[in-house]
Amino acid sequence: MFGLTDEQQALRKMVRSFAEETIAPGAAERDLTGEFPLDIVRQMGKLGLLGLPFSEDEGGTGGGTVSYALAVEEISRVCASTGITYAADLSLGISPIYLFGNQEQKKKYLPSLFRGEYLASFGLTEPEAGSDAGGTRTRARRTDKGWVLNGSKCFITNASYAGVITATAVTDPGKGTKGISAFLVEPGTPGLQINAPYKKLGLNASNTTEIVFEDVEIPAENLLGEENKGFSQFLQILDGGRISIGAMAVGVAQASLDAALKYAKERKQFGKTLSSFQAIQFKLADMATQVELSRLMVLQAAKLKDAHLPFGREAAMAKLHASETATRAALEAIQIHGGYGYMKDYPVERYLRDAKLLEIGEGTSEIQRLVIARYLGC
Amino acid sequence: MNIVVLVKQVFDTEAKIVIGSDGKIDDSNVTLIMNPYDENAVEEGLLLKEKFGGEVIAVSVGTDKAQETLRTALAMGADRAVLVNDPAIQAASDEFAAAQALAKAVSGLNPDIILTGRVAIDYGSKISGRVAEALGIPHVNTVTKLEIDGSKAVASREVDGGSELIEVTLPAVFSAQKSLNNPRYPTVAGIMKAKKKELKTATLVDLGLDPAAVAGKLQILGFSLPPARKAGRKIDGEPAAAAAELAKLLRGEAKVI
Repeated sequence: MFGLTDEQQALRKMVRSFAEETIAPGAAERDLTGEFPLDIVRQMGKLGLLGLPFSEDEGGTGGGTVSYALAVEEISRVCASTGITYAADLSLGISPIYLFGNQEQKKKYLPSLFRGEYLASFGLTEPEAGSDAGGTRTRARRTDKGWVLNGSKCFITNASYAGVITATAVTDPGKGTKGISAFLVEPGTPGLQINAPYKKLGLNASNTTEIVFEDVEIPAENLLGEENKGFSQFLQILDGGRISIGAMAVGVAQASLDAALKYAKERKQFGKTLSSFQAIQFKLADMATQVELSRLMVLQAAKLKDAHLPFGREAAMAKLHASETATRAALEAIQIHGGYGYMKDYPVERYLRDAKLLEIGEGTSEIQRLVIARYLGC
Repeated sequence: MNIVVLVKQVFDTEAKIVIGSDGKIDDSNVTLIMNPYDENAVEEGLLLKEKFGGEVIAVSVGTDKAQETLRTALAMGADRAVLVNDPAIQAASDEFAAAQALAKAVSGLNPDIILTGRVAIDYGSKISGRVAEALGIPHVNTVTKLEIDGSKAVASREVDGGSELIEVTLPAVFSAQKSLNNPRYPTVAGIMKAKKKELKTATLVDLGLDPAAVAGKLQILGFSLPPARKAGRKIDGEPAAAAAELAKLLRGEAKVI
């Protein structure tokens, strides 16, 4: 298989134990109640998982992107809500500060983020700007003291628990995508509202919010990176984010396969286990093949990122293939479970509800195909 | 304080045992883990180090694969590790040879405390007593609580229907029961550091042992899997008649009453 180092294997083993012993037991309950896994995030901080892909020079734990993808997969395998909480905190929340922040900004936020004292959020999507992120309406106007933000963001992960939010806003309306900048905004700033109004199909224990800016004044030094570079910054963030959505999808797909295989070996019909019928064997074989292919693609993209090589094409392919595999695998797992699969007594219906988001978040499958086509020269 | 922890690599508790064509247990597709009770021993060693300072040294007998288990101990926080790796020892199954080799390896480390799990979950070996015997030092097994005061240790151990408090003089060997503590997960930083920590490999000759003197005392003639369990039977009918039928079957067929 894909050559994992001793450290990567040890890391996967540790996260698997932590996931199975600590995260899995409450997953079904949290799906029903929507309780946010804050205590688990704190424990992840203690284990060093929140700094996993970030370099030791910056206070991270230096495990690299491959280790990070393995961790996201293992966590999502037992609880996708916790998986997206973790993945969004690191890939979307911490990454912009890590990649584009100046020394003061990094010093101010990274240590607390790595310890899990609070999470970080990334505010990009708006009611009018989803797949077309260039259509951002949130406006940042320069004043004597800094900036004033007005507008709103939707579907933003983790913001109710964030200590800092990276938000994109138009700074130069005449320039289109070249007139967008990123700003650091702290919850509690006057005029900033964070609500969690959504009723979702799945990922119920993750925190999804709406953010409203009403004359939010922030100091000049809260500009993240260079002015008017926001668009190229978030394209870079989304490339990395696709690896984590891909890894989440591998986790959910693997969970679906595990559940289906276990059930097929136990359940008897016509005097034989389901797993002895070829019709079921073929389903399981196809699922296993697609899961393995997805995993290889995700790890390939991660390995390229670790090697500082271009990985955008591979990340888009990994995200596309893995997320569609997750939904299909969850559907097949339900089919193999028959009527029981439709019931909440078994976990597979949760896997389906959780999997669907992965074809939508951080670029829909359609956007991934556009990205891939662009790499093909279309 | 010199703390030595004896650890063993064993099959994962959920591993499916397969006997290969050579008649031996096939471990090629099995996940190997640290013996769960040894994890408690490592944890206790780390807690003692946090309290009294010193060094935690993990020691194992095994093949090259066992390095992974020692790396796990290092990732949890042990300072260094020693692997006794010698084809003359059937480490997995021969308690006598493994204990002799461990005792010799340990004596060179000048320990104040030796910790290990109360039993290995693969072959059921309980090595702590043998190691203590070979070293001529006290031994307390199935320890659920351990307190150290200077050169004295007070250990609480499980006995039928209660617990027993035992005071011993250090150095001594203690074997850990599950309830002794909650083993920590290795942290990411611990895993990254583990590779850079010292892991020495020694043969019997390196330890100054004559391989013939520790030759195994037992020989495994063969392995066989337990017979597959037959499906249960359900007796239908009215309770009274069903009970009569059950009694008849238990007496006549199963011959248990």
